Amino acid sequence: MQEPNELIKNLVEKHGRTRNALMPILQDIVAAKQYLDPSDIAMVAEELDLSAADVYGTATFYTFLDTVPRGKNVIRVCKTISCYMSGKDEIINALEKVLNIKVGETTLDKQFTLLTANCMGWCHKGPVMLINDDVYHSLTPETAIEIVQQYKEKSKN
Amino acid sequence: MDTSNLKKVDIIFSKVDNPLQILDKALQKSPDDIINEIIDSGLKGRGGAGFPTGLKWKFTKNEDSDVKYVICNADEGEPGTFKDRQIIEEVPEKIFIGMALAAYCIGAKEAYIYLRGEYNFLKKDLLSKMEKFNNELKNRGLDITLYLRSGSGAYICGEESALFESMEGKRGEPRNKPPYPTKVGYNNQPTSINNVETLVFVTMIQHLGVEEFKKLGTKDSRGSKVFSISGDTPIPGIYELELGMKVSDFVREFGDGDTKAVQIGGASGFCVPRKNFENTIIGFEGIPTGGSVMLFNSSRSMYNILHNYLDFFVEESCAQCTPCRAGLQQLLKGIEAIKRREKPASYLNELIKLSQTMKMSSKCGLGQSIANPFVSIVENFKEEIIF
Ligand SMILES: Cc1cc2nc3c(=O)[nH]c(=O)nc-3n(C[C@H](O)[C@H](O)[C@H](O)COP(=O)(O)O)c2cc1C
Ligand code: SF4
Repeated sequence: MQEPNELIKNLVEKHGRTRNALMPILQDIVAAKQYLDPSDIAMVAEELDLSAADVYGTATFYTFLDTVPRGKNVIRVCKTISCYMSGKDEIINALEKVLNIKVGETTLDKQFTLLTANCMGWCHKGPVMLINDDVYHSLTPETAIEIVQQYKEKSKN
Repeated sequence: MDTSNLKKVDIIFSKVDNPLQILDKALQKSPDDIINEIIDSGLKGRGGAGFPTGLKWKFTKNEDSDVKYVICNADEGEPGTFKDRQIIEEVPEKIFIGMALAAYCIGAKEAYIYLRGEYNFLKKDLLSKMEKFNNELKNRGLDITLYLRSGSGAYICGEESALFESMEGKRGEPRNKPPYPTKVGYNNQPTSINNVETLVFVTMIQHLGVEEFKKLGTKDSRGSKVFSISGDTPIPGIYELELGMKVSDFVREFGDGDTKAVQIGGASGFCVPRKNFENTIIGFEGIPTGGSVMLFNSSRSMYNILHNYLDFFVEESCAQCTPCRAGLQQLLKGIEAIKRREKPASYLNELIKLSQTMKMSSKCGLGQSIANPFVSIVENFKEEIIF
């Protein structure tokens, strides 16, 4: 794959070849293409003179450094205590229905992945979800569906 | 509210006209003078553990090394805590000044903010303000630069040594202590790591004076603290309050009239049942907290709450040490088995013992603190756990 190779070369250029640059490089790859595939990992390892197993071991430690294919928009619904108390289950049910997938799955058109996550720091305004880096709080099933519809519209244009 | 026994305070979020003046005024003092003022103020870390901030700086300053680091811990992952995010959004300059002063005092050239990945949406704005601030430092001839690093969704990386590992491009697995970060921290160099709020207090103590700060709080808990309040309350949100309050006064102000328990210090903190509201103090002499307070009313099942906490920790444990990894799984399986009547109620005592073993034998604060919520919930709400 030519494109990600360019990406990785640029990122190594930007962040450097030290081990301390590993997280920023992996984070930027995920920001660009939602997940790390085995060839990304092998290439980063080679550029930084690390073993691929070492880079893979680091990546898999972190929830946000996905190593399996993800959709263009990754939805993470908070499932920790305050969001649990304020009704995260209804939000998840509504999203599963509108996307026609279960938690952990990706839509066939590769537009959306639905995941749960631990506390995101919005306990006073639950339930809350992240879509990529953007936060949506004080959700109801209706507003959650509306927000996802907006992302669907955007991806059509 | 007139009847309230709680004192609301406005130090952290208060707008200062020209915050750089605070920096300039402080820089006229020697590092030792500033450190002594912070020691004198009695300021303790606001990230949870409550270590005296001035001493931490002094120890790091006294280390003989050309390379030292300052780190601002903005990983804020404890369930029920959301105050650092608001501080970062509203008064970032005050954080920067605290970091610059820390660097000036201990003799560091690099100061990092480690921002949790869940707060990536704050990054762009924060970076541009940071760049401006770095220019101000340069204009003053200071060889100090601020940098931003991000987390990627791992609660354990809020633990200081796991945070260093993460910044070094490794799995966020806590290190053995000692050696402490003041000796061996980021890149194995002396490092002073402080919570976001702690650093803002340093700035504000420089601004208001030590005496103003000491007027607030109690002997063991000087000053005020930003609380993140959530759960069954009509007024959830972020409040700065004087330290050393009774839980009963707190509940009078924030409860919904039906509060049966208050969880202080997040999922890793303590559960206080109604019968103890009157004789429990929120502060370092009672129950210390990084600021998370959650209220539960009588409609809530304490079994479900404990289950949710354990789920959280099972997922967030780094799993490198056996007591924590295996212990957490057994605690979770154990309460499930009791609920399903596969184990007798007396099995709870075994689980309590297990959590206490975890406290003694786990490598880091995560495994060591599981007994806090586990024992305080199980002992006070035994019927709800069993039936
Ligand atoms: C599991 C675990 C998670 C932690 N998470 C945080 C955190 O998110 N933010 C924080 O400031 N401190 C956190 N701490 C405490 C830090 O290790 C450290 O004590 C703190 O950053 C020191 O700053 P302070 O003295 O200003 O409080 C955590 C500790 C443990 C054991
Ligand atoms: S106590 Fe838990 S989180 Fe801490 S080092 Fe051990 S396994 Fe990891």
